[in-house]
Order: sequence, then C-alpha cells, then structure tokens
Amino acid sequence: MLVLFFLSSGLFLGWSLGANDAANVFGTAVGSRMIRFATAALICSVFVVLGSVVGGAGAAGTLGQLGAIDAMGGAFMVAFAAAVTITVMTKLGLPVSSSQAVVGAIIGWNFFSGVLTDTAALSKIVATWVVCPLLAGVFAALFYVLTQRLVRRLRPHLLWDDMATRWALVAVGAFGSYSLGANNIGNVMGVFVPVAPFSGLDLPFGLALSGAQQLFLLGGLAIALGVYTYSRHVMGTVGGNLFRLTPQMALVVVLAQSVVLFLFASQRLEHALLSVGLPALPLVPVSSSQAVIGAVVGLGLLKGGHGIRYRVLVDIAAGWVTTPIIACFLAFVGLFVLQNVFSVQVNRPHAFELSPQVIERVDRLGMPVDGLAELAGGRYTTQLSLNRSLRGGTALDAKQRERVVRAAEVDRYLVDPARVAQDIKPGWFESEQIAAVSSLVGREYRYGWQLHEELEALTPAWRLLPESPRNRLDNDRRQKQRRLVLVALRTEPAAAPIPE
Amino acid sequence: MPILLFKRTRALVAQIDEFLDTVGQAALLFESGVADYVGGRREQFDTHYRAIEDAEHSADELRRDIEKQLYRHSLIPEARGDVLGLLETTDDVVNQAKHTLGMFLVERPRLLPGMDEDWRALGSTAARTAEAVVLATRAFFRDPYTVNDHLHKVYFYEKEGDRQAMALKRKIFDADADLALQLHLRHFVLNVDRVSDAAEEVADRLAIYTIKRTV
Repeated sequence: MLVLFFLSSGLFLGWSLGANDAANVFGTAVGSRMIRFATAALICSVFVVLGSVVGGAGAAGTLGQLGAIDAMGGAFMVAFAAAVTITVMTKLGLPVSSSQAVVGAIIGWNFFSGVLTDTAALSKIVATWVVCPLLAGVFAALFYVLTQRLVRRLRPHLLWDDMATRWALVAVGAFGSYSLGANNIGNVMGVFVPVAPFSGLDLPFGLALSGAQQLFLLGGLAIALGVYTYSRHVMGTVGGNLFRLTPQMALVVVLAQSVVLFLFASQRLEHALLSVGLPALPLVPVSSSQAVIGAVVGLGLLKGGHGIRYRVLVDIAAGWVTTPIIACFLAFVGLFVLQNVFSVQVNRPHAFELSPQVIERVDRLGMPVDGLAELAGGRYTTQLSLNRSLRGGTALDAKQRERVVRAAEVDRYLVDPARVAQDIKPGWFESEQIAAVSSLVGREYRYGWQLHEELEALTPAWRLLPESPRNRLDNDRRQKQRRLVLVALRTEPAAAPIPE
Repeated sequence: MPILLFKRTRALVAQIDEFLDTVGQAALLFESGVADYVGGRREQFDTHYRAIEDAEHSADELRRDIEKQLYRHSLIPEARGDVLGLLETTDDVVNQAKHTLGMFLVERPRLLPGMDEDWRALGSTAARTAEAVVLATRAFFRDPYTVNDHLHKVYFYEKEGDRQAMALKRKIFDADADLALQLHLRHFVLNVDRVSDAAEEVADRLAIYTIKRTV
C-alpha cells in the first residue's frame, strides 16, 4: 500500500507529462484540424504505452546513473517536485520541458542527500539540451526540403495531398508517441527503478514483464490518462505561437521530433551503430518540447527567419533555464519537509572511510595518495562531506575525488546462498558469472570493489573490457551487472558495516 | 476505413474536375451564343442558351456538393476557405455568361450594321479569358507552381477584351443611330465584357492563394 502511495507521485508526473508532451506530438496536427482530438488521443495513448513497456529501458538507465535514488521516499519527492513544476508552469502558460524538471529534481535530491552528482552523466544530459533542438532543427529543414521536392515531382491533387498528409500525420504521430513513451518513461519512472519492489511477471502466451516493465506500464497508463484528460487544451495552442505552420510543416515537425527522440532512446540503433564502429548518440531522456521548438525554428529559418516570433523564443529559452532550477529547489524543500516533518526516509544512510585498504586501492588505480593517510581517521556520512575533506587535504582533481569517494563507501555485502538463488539469475547474468558468485558463498565484504575484485579474479566474464566504442555496449551491460550484484548482496543497515 | 477515404477523395477530385469542365464548356457556349445572335441564327441561339442554363445549374449543384463535403469531412482545413472562395468566384463566371446570353434572349438588341465581327471578337475574347482561368484553377489544384503560366494569359485576354469593348463602344456612338439604341448596345458591350471581368476576379484570388500554397 505504501509502495502505491509513493508511486502516486510518479503517476502524477506521468499524467502531467501526458498532458504537456502529447501536445508536442499531435498538437500541430490537431491545432491545424488535420486530425480530430479523439483520434489523436487514442493513437497517442496506445503507442505511448507500447513505447514505455517495449522500448523504455534504454533512456531510463541514464537517470539512474545521474542520481541513484535509494529510498522510496526520495523517489516520491523527486517525481512529485518535477510533476508540480511541470503542472504549475503549464497552468501559467510557460513552456516547460519535463526531462529538465526531472533532472533538476534529482540534483535537488543529490544536494539534500549529500550525494555527488555524476558530472559525466549530467554533462551528457545537459549536452543533449543543446544538441536535441539543433538536431531537430536540422532534421526538420532537411525533411521539409525533401517533402517539397517529392510533392513537386509527384504533383498530387490538393485533395490527395491532404489525404496523404493526414495519414502521414497519423503514422508519424504513432511513431512519435512510441518514441515519447520509450524516451520519456525514463523521466516518469526512471527514479523508481532502483527502489521499486516489483518482481518479474509471467504472462500467457510466453510473454513476461520484468519489474521495470511493470513500472513502465503503469507510467505509460498515467501518461495516457494525461493525454485524455488535459492535453486537448494544450494541443490547440502548440506550434502556432512561435511560427505559423501549414499541415505539411506540421508533419515535418512531428517527424523530426520523433526521429530525434527515437535516436536518443533506441538501444537497437545504438547497438547497430556501435557494432559497425560508428559513434552513437547517448541514450538520454530528451525533451520533446525542445525537439519541437528546435524543429519549428529550423523550418522558420529555412523560410528566411522572418515569420519567427523571437520574443516567444526568448520566453521559451528562459523557461528552459528556470525549469531545472525551480524543480531542484522544490525537491530540496520537499525532501526536507518529508524527512523532518513526516519522518519519512528519503535516502539510505551511508558511511565512508579512508582505511588502509581504500588507500591501497586508490594507489593501485594510479591516483596520488598524498594526504589521504591524514584524513584516514575521519568518519563521513555523505559523499559531499568526504569530497570536501579531499578537496582541502589532497591534490586530487574532481574526477579523481569522485572515484576515491566511491571506493571509500563502506557497506556490508554477504554472499548469502538464498539471495544468490533469488537474484543472481540466468537472463540477467551469464552462467560463468553466476558460477563465480556461487563459489563465494558465505564470504562477506566491506567494500563493493572488494567483491568486484574477487569476481574479476575468478572469471573474465566479470571484468570490464578496454574502453573503445566497440566495447561500450558490453561494458555498459557489465557495469549494470556489477551494480546489480552489489544491490542483491548488500545487507542492511549500511550504517553498521562489518567490523574490520 | 482507408478504402472509404480513398474512394471519397477520388470522387471529390472527380467532382472538382467536372465543375471546371462545366465552366470551360459554359465559356464555349457563351462564345457560340454571341456568334449565333450576331449571325441571326435564332434557333441555334436558343439551343445554346438552354445548354448554358443547364451548365449553370449543374455548376451550382456541383459547387454546393463539393463545399458540403469539404466541410463535413473537415478536408483541406488550411486551404478550405480559399478553395470555397475560388469555386464561388469561378461559378460567377458561368452565372455572368448565362445572365448576358439571357439579356440577349429577352431584350433582343438591334445590332448596328458593320459591327458583327467586333461583337464576335468580344465574345470570343471573353470565352478565352474564362478558358484560361479554368486552366489556372486546375493548375492550382494539381501543380500550384504552374498557375502563373496561365494567369498571365487571363490578364492578357481581359485587357484585350477591355480594348475591344472600348473600340466597339466608340463605333456604336460614332454611328448615326438613335441615342436610346446606342445606350442599349453599350449596356450589352459592358455585359459581354463582364464575363472577362469575372474571370479576372478569379485570377486575382488565384494569384494570392497560389502564393499562400507555394511559400
């Protein structure tokens, strides 16, 4: 019951995303009266749910990296703060990007919990806020030129053109909805993935839903509800504010936006690109609002830039700056209230220490250890407090400090046979990996890296491959497996680690 | 559902084509009607008048039906207003042609000798203007980038019609005839020329709508 209560904020976030972002997919089509709202809502709902369940895993992982929210209460408030930000800004008529609201709220949790924000994941996400609209603009311009050429070559009758545009809008809208579900479900349910209690569910006809997929199904349904109950109003006004669009332009905008969302969400595409040695885009939840705005501006510039209302554009850009800040602030205040007024646990207690083993590990990783011994006596309860001490007492740079902090986290990992049987299963893990874990039954570890080192020594299946674009996917999977094995074998409470 | 939409679109495209065929046909009937009246062929004139009446009637019906379907099925929402305006002004060309022939039928003006060729030329030019505007309208539906290739012909013929009308009016008033007859004939010159003016009206709209579609 409590789980459902905590999940309700994620569902609220899903609802607000459906109300707000569905307009990005079908807004131009409904606004230009090419498709009826009822048709748009039905197609959008079905494909959002499909996208969430079938293709949602890719982008959700990145948010997990940004801030591994480790308590339901924290996940609740992060989703709630993001949902409130989106709803209030939508109500006020301000343009809003849901992924920015979620990222802002997660950083708010990081601040509150004293967790270091993963700068690599954050920079990856922030970079997409620039790349995504640019890419959408370029795609829109390109698609428009191609469409115009095709129309001039085929010379269809105005009515045939109209019918083809309608069907294309339906098809592209369905694709856009699928991409929206696949990409943005990470925003809605991504924060709950590390803490959700769902286990795998076997369905008839040999189908199965993993715990994460059940979460995504719930999130997808919430998005669909948002589409039906609130997106009508938003759909009527989207697009036309910034630049007047013809139905063909509307089609191009939706297509460009859908392609961009798909590029940032498709694991298969990433796999295909990497397997032939090509660089791939990071799988990050990107903002459909940003993609739409980018596409509309791209078309406006293609048409000479005269029709663009730059004032509206400035307002939108201002919204992109303020959204993460507001969400971050709301999450911080909300977490404070939740923890101190309602006594809800919003993060798991942590402990850090610079023991001789940790210093030796740091040395082995090739980082300077000068000054670490002097800090060895202290006990730290947050990543930030240890990071502060490291900054004052050592010459380590930010990246090195981040690695030392992760190595210094004290926990208690017990290779319990019952847990191994329950959580280290084929499907997620290779048989060699499972055999290695099973051979360590009964052993306890104080640091996660100690367990990893032992597993690596037992089989190469646990080792990370040399960094290269070709190995990226394999390494991503192994990193995930290494995280999962720690989550599975960790014994509570972390605040009381095993004695040395 | 897609088959139904496909059929509906095909039927509507055919109706628009039929409407434009009717307008083109009315232009030819008008030309023949004027020539028949000038040549004193009453029977042929009556036949052509009845035919143009039928053409006007079926053009009206087709236009109403097309308009109804465009609205009922929310087709071409962006261009619907333009297309409806276009169909209505194009229909005015047929209406004007029928109206002018009807005046010949009812008022039976007594034409002055030595001006038959001028009347025929004026009627022909009006018909050419209407034909050119039909081609331009067809192009608007199928290939808007070529509309201007037809519009310049409309403007040329309309100007030519104005010049011919002015020359004919001068001839009428230079002739030794009763002023009442001269005024009566002037009234007919103006009405024959109004067919060209109606076509020019369509061309003006087309020019704007084409810019909207191709920008």
